[in-house]
Amino acid sequence: MRRGETSTKSMAAGTAIQPMTAGAAKGIAAQDFSSVVETHRPQIFRFLLASLRDVDLAETLTQECFLKAHRNWSRFRGDSSPMTWLMRIAINLQKDHWRNRRLQFWRTTRANAVDIDEAGDWLPSGERTAEQQLLAREQVVQVWKAVDRLSERQRTVFLLRYVEERELSEIAQATGLSEGTVKAHLSRALGKVRAELRGKR
Amino acid sequence: MNWSDRLGAEEDLEVRQALSNFKASVDAWSEAALSRPRTPVRTVRGAWRLAAGWALGCAVAAASLSGALYERQHVREMARIAAARAAAEKAAQEQLASRQLSAGESDQDLLANVDSDISRAVPAAMEPLAQMMDTAQADYAGSKNETK
Repeated sequence: MRRGETSTKSMAAGTAIQPMTAGAAKGIAAQDFSSVVETHRPQIFRFLLASLRDVDLAETLTQECFLKAHRNWSRFRGDSSPMTWLMRIAINLQKDHWRNRRLQFWRTTRANAVDIDEAGDWLPSGERTAEQQLLAREQVVQVWKAVDRLSERQRTVFLLRYVEERELSEIAQATGLSEGTVKAHLSRALGKVRAELRGKR
Repeated sequence: MNWSDRLGAEEDLEVRQALSNFKASVDAWSEAALSRPRTPVRTVRGAWRLAAGWALGCAVAAASLSGALYERQHVREMARIAAARAAAEKAAQEQLASRQLSAGESDQDLLANVDSDISRAVPAAMEPLAQMMDTAQADYAGSKNETK
């Protein structure tokens, strides 16, 4: 078993907060928590929304994420950025959610999740022509389809890279995987997106 | 640039464009969801669900209670019917026994009458023999008296 997988499994066992050793970020520790919430809430919500495609659930998990972060704020010593730390909490919460849902097998897993076609309707109008809008919508739906087929880990890595535009090192820190594993997951995820787009043509 | 390289470059461009559109779409959706007015829909729905849950719970409790009461009443009624049936059967048996007893007595009386009648009545065919016996008995008694 590889190092990255071990660390991810231990992480999946609960929403354990990354223990922060003494660091140079005393300023961050002193930072007002409310400003952290204000700054990072939209990003955490966006990531959870893209992962779950459920607005209500994304809001609930975002709130839970900041609640956990607030409880453990005194333990945050700034070895990573607050965003990476928060993202790690969000990823663990999402994992816990899926695991609980899997146990409750009599419920439909995606009870309130938005349909892919509906999710593809969201496009900034910009200065595009109707034809360009239509093409963009088609592409977005294709990407959603590909994302839907990705494994949980691939999806997380893919969304962190192409929606949140995080660096590989940040993704590795947030997911607890090695950079090599992150690259491999990204490559497979991109391959599936490419195949989906190729299938459309 | 050969044909396959050009195709690969076109494909990469398309993938990049698709990923960019995807990000823009998620951003737009997320912003819209975050800026949507917060209405107490969930609370109302939760309250409605709570009320429905309570109503359902009360209905189930009432149904089980009435079921238990009905069952108890039913068992009591069955016991009462069984007791009445047993009493009726007992009475019928007693009546039958007394009837049989009285019938037995009357049979015995009848048989006794028949016996006495038979013993008294002499069949016609035996009449001459009986007369002879009477005569012989009279003769025997006379001769006995004479010898004395």
